[in-house]
Amino acid sequence: MNVIPLRLGYLPLVDAAPLFIAQALGFAEQEGLDLSLHSAPSWSALRDMLAMGIVDGAQMLAPVPVAMALGLGAARTRFDALQLLNANGDVIGVSEPLAERMRAEGFAFDFTDAHSAGRALLQAAGGRLRIGVPFPFSMHTELVHYWLENLGQPLPELLEIRTVPPALMPQALEAGEIDAFAVGEPWGSHAVELGVGTLLLPGSAIWSFAPEKVLAVRRGWADANPDLAGRMMRAVWRACRWIGAPENRFLVSDILSAPGRLPISAEVIDRAVSGRLIISRSGEEREVPNLIEFFEGAANFPWRSQAAWIGMRLAARHGLNQVWAARVAGEVFRADLYRQHLRDAGADLPGASEKLEGALAMPTPVASERGSMILPADRFFNRRVFDPSEPAR
Amino acid sequence: MPRPLSIVVVEKDRERALMIVDGLREAGEHDVVVIGDESSLARRIAARNPDLVLIDLASPSRDMLEELALATSPMDRPVAMFVDRTDGGMTQAAIDAGVSAYVVDGLRPERIKPILDAAIARFQMVQKMRAELAATRRALEERKIIDRAKGLLMRARNVGEDEAYALMRKTAMAQGKKIADVAQALVTAAELLK
Repeated sequence: MNVIPLRLGYLPLVDAAPLFIAQALGFAEQEGLDLSLHSAPSWSALRDMLAMGIVDGAQMLAPVPVAMALGLGAARTRFDALQLLNANGDVIGVSEPLAERMRAEGFAFDFTDAHSAGRALLQAAGGRLRIGVPFPFSMHTELVHYWLENLGQPLPELLEIRTVPPALMPQALEAGEIDAFAVGEPWGSHAVELGVGTLLLPGSAIWSFAPEKVLAVRRGWADANPDLAGRMMRAVWRACRWIGAPENRFLVSDILSAPGRLPISAEVIDRAVSGRLIISRSGEEREVPNLIEFFEGAANFPWRSQAAWIGMRLAARHGLNQVWAARVAGEVFRADLYRQHLRDAGADLPGASEKLEGALAMPTPVASERGSMILPADRFFNRRVFDPSEPAR
Repeated sequence: MPRPLSIVVVEKDRERALMIVDGLREAGEHDVVVIGDESSLARRIAARNPDLVLIDLASPSRDMLEELALATSPMDRPVAMFVDRTDGGMTQAAIDAGVSAYVVDGLRPERIKPILDAAIARFQMVQKMRAELAATRRALEERKIIDRAKGLLMRARNVGEDEAYALMRKTAMAQGKKIADVAQALVTAAELLK
């Protein structure tokens, strides 16, 4: 059998796991792929590597292809998102001085309630709050904005959400350049490990089932290379399914911490994978079952409504038409290709390609091609529901 | 005579920065500024409002520049160079040299080209020096480890220096490994057994 070379790019994060697993456990090989993985030093570098064809596909922040479709940012190409690599996985943390002030005012760091955490944060921050995020187009940025804007509290006079590369986040926190951060694991746990930060909330406390990373390709690539796209998508999807099986979780951490993958110990990576985080240097543990989800609840399905939500939020902040943005964004998440290539691999497929976002308070059965499938709770912390057919409402 | 362009070079290492600036000077009378401290990078650059920004492709701080594209008006927003451009040769040269550039949208290509050519040439030199330095450092590290392992073997087996080295070389060849790896394994094991 002929082996087809395939190059995928990634950033060293826990949610690059599907790519590592697809390569390490033979899911790529099974599809006749010779998969090579290419680490990138930054999101802009990874975006450029994909745009220039140095890699065929890449792990990408879900809002990046959406922002590009809206003409935002410093790149002129367009990407398609073929599938989600995971839902959730971000954590929000605060500097040690800020954590101390919050504790002094009686906040218990329950790691659950976004309302009380937000109020405590704003009160302790006073007139100035600087939050580090990894990239301007990221779910970290979206979740932080959504959270702060919907607390019903006056925001600090000097509120700044600025870009800090994940690996430099602990340093910036310690140097007092930022007061808080939103970052993907393992970098939040790493900050706790270094004793420079205390974790305040998981991203899932703001939106309980948020799209996080996608598998992105250049626009049109998957349509022009259907066979290769199908092989790639199946290999990655099977890797996600393997990661999602609870009995494999320990192996995931071991595989991710192997030399040449993540520069973080298996023990620290395992906190994210198992959903048991150590939130402070005194060792307080918090359990978050949906901290990061690689498979369950159709986590890999690229709902057009998720992209529409991102597009609507970006448009609102950057002065673009929200109805237009939601429509253009929806076209970026290729639910059609997901159906085409993963149906025969065994993926159950929802009856619709968009849904109300934030409407499910608990796991709920919905119509699927095989009868019914369970979608997980997907509520926003403020109980708002996003209807993609009325994005500006 | 067109006005000189304002160029910002983001580079932490002072010597490397000087090399790059020298190279750019040869490309014409331009206003070149180096930013070495990468904290609040986007704001520092925005304050200078440059026509062109050059930054190491491998720098994680590059993501901070993305904010610039949002902060400025769409008319003069900076765009990442070498992406989706027709000049494939220059793109490849830039990637190999490890330089990424941001230019203000609309700046005429013939004005940028000589500067980028100079930048690419200098980054190539920097890249080469960096690789040589890393290789020297690695060789030095390996030598240190091999010496330690040799010492361990000499004591444990009561043999001379040459014999200890020969033993490691034989083991390395038999296992298809580098001598440095065998030496590292030995040193690690010895530390565990202490």
